[in-house]
Amino acid sequence: MKEKFSAADVIIYLVLGLFALSIFFAFEHLLSISFSPSYVATKGGIHLLPVDATLDNYKKVLESKYIWQGYKNTLIRTIFGTSLQLTVTAMGAYALSKRFFPHRSFWTFLIVFTMFFSGGLIPTYILVRDLGLMNTYASMILPGLVSAFNLVIMRNYFMSLPEEVEESCMIDGAGRFRIFFQIVLPLSKPILATVALWLAVDHWNAWFDVLIYISNDKLFTLQIVLRRIIITGTQQMIDLNISSETLANEVQASAEGVKAAAIFVATIPILAAYPFIQRYFVKGIMIGSLKG
Amino acid sequence: MQLPDRTLRQNKHKFISDFRLYKKHAALVLLFLPTIVYFIIFKYIPISGLAMAFKDYKIGLGIWASPWVGLDNFKFAFSTATFTRAFTNTIIISGLKILTGFPAPIILALMLNEVRHMKYKRTVQTISYLPHFLSWVIVAGLFSQLLSPTTGVVNYILQHYFGVEKAIYFLGSNDWFRFTLITTDIWKGVGWGSILYIASIAGIDPTMYEAAVCDGANRFQRLWYVTLPCLLPTITIMLILRVGNVMVAGFDQVFNMYNAAVYKTGDIIDTFVYRYGIGQMKYSLSTAVGLFQNLIGFIMVVGMNFVANKINGSGIW
Repeated sequence: MKEKFSAADVIIYLVLGLFALSIFFAFEHLLSISFSPSYVATKGGIHLLPVDATLDNYKKVLESKYIWQGYKNTLIRTIFGTSLQLTVTAMGAYALSKRFFPHRSFWTFLIVFTMFFSGGLIPTYILVRDLGLMNTYASMILPGLVSAFNLVIMRNYFMSLPEEVEESCMIDGAGRFRIFFQIVLPLSKPILATVALWLAVDHWNAWFDVLIYISNDKLFTLQIVLRRIIITGTQQMIDLNISSETLANEVQASAEGVKAAAIFVATIPILAAYPFIQRYFVKGIMIGSLKG
Repeated sequence: MQLPDRTLRQNKHKFISDFRLYKKHAALVLLFLPTIVYFIIFKYIPISGLAMAFKDYKIGLGIWASPWVGLDNFKFAFSTATFTRAFTNTIIISGLKILTGFPAPIILALMLNEVRHMKYKRTVQTISYLPHFLSWVIVAGLFSQLLSPTTGVVNYILQHYFGVEKAIYFLGSNDWFRFTLITTDIWKGVGWGSILYIASIAGIDPTMYEAAVCDGANRFQRLWYVTLPCLLPTITIMLILRVGNVMVAGFDQVFNMYNAAVYKTGDIIDTFVYRYGIGQMKYSLSTAVGLFQNLIGFIMVVGMNFVANKINGSGIW
């Protein structure tokens, strides 16, 4: 089906190119600002390369102890949160994948129902407070421990595994736990990797739970520190539990270049990992789109 | 007199056999335990906490000891202009997002499908997914810089190359705020949203295109008579799901982009609940508002699923 490059093609290539460039240059522009002294940003204009390149903005950002604490807290919640969530979800999904699990459809319904109806923000907030989880890492992990969606996807995957393997292990005398941890989980690496990546990116990007559950700035994650630096600078009225002076003084939140540098410091891990994890996500979306 | 006795005995019998069943699968039950404990504590206790919506919640008394007030919280919410404004804004913003943001990934997928240089196609795709992986905190920070009326590059381009005279306050003016929400939402999500459609297009039987070529169909006709009809089932499901979520106007985005100057056009129910609930500790009022939103959302999802099943059996349950 070789066909000539028509006018329609030109338009399509152009529109797609402009769209991709709008994403690329948004970051490129910001990157240039982050490497330029503050007068460049204040003057305005288009910058695809840094003017009078300097590392001052990055120095200021990296001098802030909040950034490092934020990194530490984000890593803690991402590593512990992802592993705990993945383990519990896989265990639950495995149990529900067995047709002979007692009252299986009732338990499944109980879980799936929460995808469509929930207590909402305030009752959950009050529960977390009453459980005494405010200002703990647990408040960043436990309230979202198992996602019904991930559980259903994993359950479907486990159901697609051949039953015979497990049966033959049973005959060989392996118990249920052994089968699950030594046979089923190794067979399910693709789905485990996909869900783990989803969970990890969610943890890396999470900010709202920290905003409402955490007031101790030693536990602030990167996203919240970033939010303070780049957004609260202009929108103090919508932030609550704030003693915003501390952070503002720390990195002079007004300077555009510092904000830009902060954005990159927080985003670089994602940008670096992105080329490698991207295709797992694309695969994952296909698994996720299967009918539950 | 015999009947209740027998039912009782049957129930007792059933209970014992159920118990045996759970005992028989003790290992599975053990694996399931953390999950169900989680759902009961963190999902069903908050659902029971919705009772707060019908009470005058006092922190000292707790949810259950606080006095009942019937529908007072709802009545009060509906009588305030702030709530009705948040409700209308939610519907308008969400509606505009469906109108523009829903077709956008389909159009992107169709356009990508026409690209014959694979390298070009892959590059555009890879770049277009990127914003999806960044939080709204970062994207909002990015746009607050790019769209700034004084130093932003977008206003600079508009003023220097497109003859716009006055800088536009994209994030600070009620005329522009919704427009900004919708375009940035598309910018962030369109690439990611297109994956599903690209996969559906890839799954179309190539013999259909060959047959169409034999019948003399040009490229546009192939798009119109082969690709689009084949995509229709996917489009229907996605549209139904999206319309079911009409009460979801995008809290993460609005919360990180709005400010008091644009409450008039940008304050949605979720931000309202946050400000009144967490901010001003009006727990009962904001729970009532949240419950109202939740119920409408629930009815919409169930209703839309019903419609989907009626049309072509494509509902999700």
